[in-house]
Amino acid sequence: MRAVCRIASLSKISTVAASVLTLAGIVGLSSAALAGDDKKADATHEEGKKLAFDKKKGNCLACHLIAGGDQAGNIGPPLVAMKARFPKKEDLHAQIYDARVKNPNTIMIPFGPHKVLTDKEIDKVVDFIYSL
Amino acid sequence: MKKLITTAAVMAIGAAIGLSSMAVQAKETTIDPAADREAFRNFFKKHLGDKIKLDDLKDGVYALDEDARSQWEEIEEFPPYEIELDKGEELWNKKFKNGKSFADCFGKDVSKIRAKYPYHDEKTDTIVTLEGDINKCLKDNGEKPFKWKKGKIADLSAYISYEGRGQKITTEPKTDKAKAWYDKGKKFFYAKRGQLNMACADCHVYNSNRRIRGDLLSPALGHVTHFPVFRSKWGNLGTLHRRYGGCNKQVRAKPFKAQSDEYKALEYFQYVMSNGMEFNGPGARK
Ligand code: HEC
Ligand code: HEC
Repeated sequence: MRAVCRIASLSKISTVAASVLTLAGIVGLSSAALAGDDKKADATHEEGKKLAFDKKKGNCLACHLIAGGDQAGNIGPPLVAMKARFPKKEDLHAQIYDARVKNPNTIMIPFGPHKVLTDKEIDKVVDFIYSL
Repeated sequence: MKKLITTAAVMAIGAAIGLSSMAVQAKETTIDPAADREAFRNFFKKHLGDKIKLDDLKDGVYALDEDARSQWEEIEEFPPYEIELDKGEELWNKKFKNGKSFADCFGKDVSKIRAKYPYHDEKTDTIVTLEGDINKCLKDNGEKPFKWKKGKIADLSAYISYEGRGQKITTEPKTDKAKAWYDKGKKFFYAKRGQLNMACADCHVYNSNRRIRGDLLSPALGHVTHFPVFRSKWGNLGTLHRRYGGCNKQVRAKPFKAQSDEYKALEYFQYVMSNGMEFNGPGARK
């Protein structure tokens, strides 16, 4: 079932590929810049990943496809190319802290205000998500 | 390269979600159940597409997904609720200590009971549910009432539902008092609650037919046609209010008591939304 969905969405995606070529530059640059920090970042990524996948914490997989996680839901958009989507890390933090700011009726949990994740925990999740 | 391409898809999906979640909110000022129901059905028609017939939603998620449907049809050949259904029939036939039985409260024709409920009673200004009347019958006859969420009450309710299969939901508020109960249930349904801040509608309207983790979310239209439900997770039958409690807990909200005014209003609202659909209880679910 999941495999089928992925294939379906990939084929949809390829039709719009041409229109995204402009983004290629952005992502290419930023991933080159990060390469040096990779080792140091790995440990925080691991912690962030745990928080993101833990059903009692972020449980982001309930709604988002995330590389490395299984049984992902499809309520929210797949979390990929996050650097291109959120050139500023603070913006990604803000999105996870309280998604209602951008979309008042969102189903996404207001992780910060409802104290599901602490600020520090959100920082770690951001580091992990930013690496995707 | 793959990463880049997906960005566009993310944006496209984002836009689609934005659109669909704006559509359903009904008008606030007048209480108009028939208009709400039409809007509700139209939403699902659009949201689910032409392939899914609205009346098939009495089968819950199994109307959405071919794979699940064929699994379910196999399950229904040897229904997991069969033993409890038999126990329900025994309860129906059993005499109380005073020599009477449930038929003295509900009437002899067991096939005509399910579709009468739930309804608003003008005199007492409350919502009368099937389970409520089962326990009222016991009390009126000097018997000890059943526990509300599972066990005997679910067994008997399952038997009554089974015998009433094929009839249609007729629940409809006509008076101002009835409409006020309907409105209370509607507000409950659309209100965000719990630490996770989600409304029933978030999962069962706007995001129905999507997956939350591994679970496909059922559309709220048709939710109430097939209760009580045998859930593999429970290992037995449970009432609608047991399910409500579970869905409240999932979002870390404090559940209300079975047969509380809150859940009775919610049940009433859900029945009104599914008015015209066929009863096919008891159901079997994951
Ligand atoms: C119950 C569902 C749900 C959960 C749980 C959830 N999200 Fe979301 N998320 C959404 C939806 C839906 C959107 C789309 C925008 C909106 O409606 O707010 C979204 C949007 C996002 C976005 C913006 C994506 C973009 O490209 O604009 C990010 C980033 C995100 N979520 C990260 C997370 C992280 C990290 C977690 C876990 C800590 C998480 N989400 C948990 C439903 C959820
Ligand atoms: C976080 C998501 C979520 C929320 C919020 C939620 N539910 Fe559910 N609900 C589920 C899941 C998952 C299931 C099991 C799969 C299915 O049938 O939808 C379910 C099942 C149900 C069922 C059984 C459907 C069937 O066919 O047997 C009913 C009825 C129901 N929910 C009602 C409600 C009501 C009423 C509310 C609000 C009080 C609510 N739910 C809130 C996730 C949710």
